[in-house]
Amino acid sequence: MVDLVAKSPCAGLLPLTLGGLTLRELNYGAVFSVSPFKDKSADVSKALQKSLGAGLPDIGRVLAGASGEVIWTGQGQYFVRAVKLPKLPAAISDQSDGWACVTLEGKGALDVLARLCPLNLQAMKEGEVARSLIGHMTAIIILRSGGVDVMVFRSMAVTLVHGFERVMRSVHAQRGL
Amino acid sequence: MRITCPLCGERDRREFYYLGAKDYLNRPEEGDTEAMHRYLHIRSNPTQVTQDLWQHEAGCSAWIEVERNVTTHEILSVKLVNEAAP
Repeated sequence: MVDLVAKSPCAGLLPLTLGGLTLRELNYGAVFSVSPFKDKSADVSKALQKSLGAGLPDIGRVLAGASGEVIWTGQGQYFVRAVKLPKLPAAISDQSDGWACVTLEGKGALDVLARLCPLNLQAMKEGEVARSLIGHMTAIIILRSGGVDVMVFRSMAVTLVHGFERVMRSVHAQRGL
Repeated sequence: MRITCPLCGERDRREFYYLGAKDYLNRPEEGDTEAMHRYLHIRSNPTQVTQDLWQHEAGCSAWIEVERNVTTHEILSVKLVNEAAP
């Protein structure tokens, strides 16, 4: 049996620390996209609540349960982070390893994102999620207690890190003036 | 230009894709060639209020119907095309 070596999307690129800012890769583990069938949202929510301890969140929110997390990711679409899903009346696809997940931590993290993203992140609260752009890439942006999580398609990992690095350098340099 | 997505709130125009007049929602019956011709090609070009289809492409992916004044750029209303899914 061949022993395959797992390679994370940002392998060899991160972590990156500049001044008080750190960009590091997150392992989001198994991620499933769940789109409830028509009029089945309540049933999906109930089944997830029972299995993970978290049902479907409101628009723009994240709900964490004992054995998983449910993230709103668009109209009628949720990302569920869990090792195993219960049987759900929904369209499901496995997104694990499909996304590059990074987090930016430290003082001034929002200043960096302000240059990359058209969102007003200052107005967002912890536990809120938004779909928006990072540069030209569509992204999932989640405000956590320690920093800001950003998810983009795995194929965009190098572009994502390059974009962040340029802006982090600039913000860091301007602070020193 | 800012558009208020019914799901995501006020967002920058660059997150949205423009399709065209909301007439695209009213697809004629199959076989009615004249109606299909009008549906595909014949559009009025009003100078004031228009109702257009936009998609929050870089956001929640929802299709929305935007009523706006093309003379003043004022946006009068925004609503979801598909109200069913949150």
